[in-house]
Amino acid sequence: MLIELLIALCLLGALVVFLLPDEYAPFGGFVASLFPLVTSFVLWYGFDGSGNAFLQGGQLAYETNVEWISLGQYAVNWHVGLDGISMPLVVLSTVLTSLAIVTGWTPIDRQRSGFYALLLFLEAGLIGVFSTLDFFAFLVFWEAVLVPVYLLITVWGGPRREYAAIKFFVYTNIATLVMFIGFTALVFGLGDSVTSLDLPAITQALRAGELGALGGVGAGPLRLAAFAAMFFGFGMKMAVVPFHTWLPDAYTESPTPVTVVLAGVVTKMGTYAMLRFNFTMLPDIVEQYAQVIALFAVVTVIYGALLALSQHDLKRIVAYSSLPSMGFVLLGLVAYTPYGLSGATFQMVSHGLLSGLLFACVGVIYSATGTRMVGDMAGLADRMPVTAAAFVAGCFGYMGLPFMSGFMGEYFIFQGAFDSFPGSPIFTAVAMFGIVLVAGYLLFAMQRALFGEFRVDGDSTVRRAAVHDLAPLVVLVACVIVLGSAPSLVFSMIADAVGPLLGGGL
Amino acid sequence: MAPLPDWVGLAPALALTFTALVVFVIDTVKPRSNDRALLAGTTLLGTVAALAAAGAVLVSGMASGEGLTLFGGQLVVDGMSLFFSVIFASVAALVTLASYDYLAGQSEQAEYYALVLLATAGMCLLASSASLATAFVSFELLSLASYALVAFLKDNEGSVEASLKYFLVGAVSSAILLYGISLIYGVTGGLLFDTVAENVVDTPHTGLLGVGVLMVLGGFAFKTASVPFHFWAPEAYEGAPTPISAFLSSGSKAAGFVVAFRVFTVAFGFDILTDVDWVLAFQVLAVVTMTVGNFAAATQENVKRMLAYSSVGQAGYVLIALAALGGGSDALVLGMGMSHLLVYGFMNTGAFLFVALAERWGVGRTFEDYAGLGSKAPVACAAMTVFMLSLAGIPLGAGFFSKYFLFGAAVDAGYWWLAAVGVVNSALSLYYYTRVLRAIWGGDANESLRIESYPVGLYTAVVAAAVVTVLLIPAFGFVTGPAVDAASALF
Repeated sequence: MLIELLIALCLLGALVVFLLPDEYAPFGGFVASLFPLVTSFVLWYGFDGSGNAFLQGGQLAYETNVEWISLGQYAVNWHVGLDGISMPLVVLSTVLTSLAIVTGWTPIDRQRSGFYALLLFLEAGLIGVFSTLDFFAFLVFWEAVLVPVYLLITVWGGPRREYAAIKFFVYTNIATLVMFIGFTALVFGLGDSVTSLDLPAITQALRAGELGALGGVGAGPLRLAAFAAMFFGFGMKMAVVPFHTWLPDAYTESPTPVTVVLAGVVTKMGTYAMLRFNFTMLPDIVEQYAQVIALFAVVTVIYGALLALSQHDLKRIVAYSSLPSMGFVLLGLVAYTPYGLSGATFQMVSHGLLSGLLFACVGVIYSATGTRMVGDMAGLADRMPVTAAAFVAGCFGYMGLPFMSGFMGEYFIFQGAFDSFPGSPIFTAVAMFGIVLVAGYLLFAMQRALFGEFRVDGDSTVRRAAVHDLAPLVVLVACVIVLGSAPSLVFSMIADAVGPLLGGGL
Repeated sequence: MAPLPDWVGLAPALALTFTALVVFVIDTVKPRSNDRALLAGTTLLGTVAALAAAGAVLVSGMASGEGLTLFGGQLVVDGMSLFFSVIFASVAALVTLASYDYLAGQSEQAEYYALVLLATAGMCLLASSASLATAFVSFELLSLASYALVAFLKDNEGSVEASLKYFLVGAVSSAILLYGISLIYGVTGGLLFDTVAENVVDTPHTGLLGVGVLMVLGGFAFKTASVPFHFWAPEAYEGAPTPISAFLSSGSKAAGFVVAFRVFTVAFGFDILTDVDWVLAFQVLAVVTMTVGNFAAATQENVKRMLAYSSVGQAGYVLIALAALGGGSDALVLGMGMSHLLVYGFMNTGAFLFVALAERWGVGRTFEDYAGLGSKAPVACAAMTVFMLSLAGIPLGAGFFSKYFLFGAAVDAGYWWLAAVGVVNSALSLYYYTRVLRAIWGGDANESLRIESYPVGLYTAVVAAAVVTVLLIPAFGFVTGPAVDAASALF
């Protein structure tokens, strides 16, 4: 019942915070977010990943499976549970939500109770997505995430907030629809061999080759079409080029806390679902079309990095720099080797922390200087040493320096991808070149904005950052370094979960 | 314990009628009394009693399976009629609660409440009708009360004009319905649904029968505000006192559907009536209604009109329940149509009541007027967010569930193209439903607007509707079970 408790705590917290008067909402929101945070750590502490075979009929940790809606073939169960892939993402959600709430204390100055309530509601949706094992409940949480994000951007966003919010909503909703059609086709194609929308059961049946023809379409083309539909749907959410165009607008127009959660966790919904659905259910398609998928990954890395290179707005630079990271994740997934899959999962967590860190830094810089244009500022390190240090740490993490979480993720991805499918060395080598580009634009941004003689156009003083502005940065840097130095904290549980997907141990 | 007499099955309708009489007595004892609390309280008590009675009879199992037949087969109490009685009584309770504030300062309130009660009783009887005669009488009981209720704001030109339009279209469609009934009587020699079903099989007058069936269908299309008999709906909903708009668009529409469900499955089911392909007619009706309603809603500037047209679109979704019959999963698809109507009863009523609340604050009715309302009245706006997203089919309310299963059942029956049209329409509806959200949360508030009063009844009704809409998510399993059972008892 612990997962239910976790979700209920988020929802209850959201309700309480919503009813609080505005002046108590920021602190109240933070306190409310501590309950799920602590619960998620309890889950992590007591996590037993040894039996968590998503595939081989094993027991998932904290599993609950009760009948919910019974309608013959449409039986829907409340089925939740965690394995080594979802556990780190649940913890990432709770950690980033709590930190995001703190980063909102300075910039959010109106309708505060609504703001923090929506963040907590979003947290409930995210945890639901990562922990549910029934497709119907998955879809409910998946769609429920859209609502708070849409409202958060519309109400508290930047100048072009309505445009960005609608674009985000429409793009991701269409993506969901296409994904939904793809998955439903698979379920109908399985016919009587599945009796519910249970994900492990469907995965098992698909891997056992029980898919039949549907509406005159043979099993082979049906698999391919369903894979393509789901790839489109989840690829949109994780912002794979060319489905990435919603991302810079949504990231840039969102207020800092929302960007932190959006970049840190919401895009991980895409990567997580891609792993759970596309790569776990239809591995033969992955093998068959590995080069095509890898091409998407490589283009995302290189093109995303080039886009970031051409930006002048610090927030947009950070926003575009998500693309190469997502490309690396996809490359790790398509490798379909133990190292590749674990590296990709690790990279999800790592990127969540790093992008959260960088966006939080940008938020602090923006509220201090009133500008985000790299050309308008210089030498911030003189006046804002802690923020600058955190920004540098985040950039180094993105570049993959050792003892930072980014290094572990990328190392394993490249290791796993290098010799996995025909032609993979070339794809991997090209993708690795992306690191150079990433280093290029990050160094460019750091050098121009942080170093040199202090200068901010139009204003020679900067507002001092409060302790609560800097605390999230420090915590995130600490997390990044801890994960980089002791990756086994999450790596061992990931390995336990990934092994069975490939039909063996790591 | 001795078994209860059969007429206990009619307890919901009896409770409503009795309460209406009590309200009349109150009005006789204290004429022109404007003791709002007494009148609204009595009415609320009556509706809640009807709700409890319907629930109790449903749970007791005395009307399970084929149900109880009363008065020589004129009325039947079964799962379907009780399920719908629950919807009607819930809607009536919410509307009564909201009317308490809405009617402040109006005269002749006793008549208003009595008419609401009688209309609700008409709906419950409609759900129990097992003969074309009782169906028509209940139909008129509901309609006549509705005409008067729409015209209740008699100093308001819009209200009176709306009522006149409603009355004229209603009278014409009643005539059409009655003419259709007489043709069917002529062909089959019976008015009871069972007799019609027996005699319809080998009648030589198939042409006449076909005309009769289509005319009956037209009568129901009026009550459910389906295209092409939907023109009255936006006018009547806009002009009527807003709680009455909620009442008509949720309760009266469901009443139209329940009698259509029963007539088209029992009296001339698609498997009985092989000469007239009314399933095809319903398919056309469903597709056209969905599309016309949604496109019209998307172009409105006035929130109340938008809701009115969107309720036409929603009627189109429910029509799928009849349009997908004959595909092998009849009970499922009909049951899902019923479940959707139940959820719709709460989310749509809630949405209209929010409009009533805004009117009460003097906000206005256009999207622009709603700008920034979220910062002034966050709780009510949060409830409205639930209604809008639930109506659009985003899983913040149970509307997602009911629509998902309705479309799923259509696919299961082999009518995947119906589901596809529904999904496309749903996606379109997202545009205008989120427009409300954009206005209330996104826009800049009108600084001169001061919300001074927080009307207790309206607020309670709006919040209660929102809470039920959300709670139906975990409880949806409890709804679908009785719905599918009730639907399967008809086949």
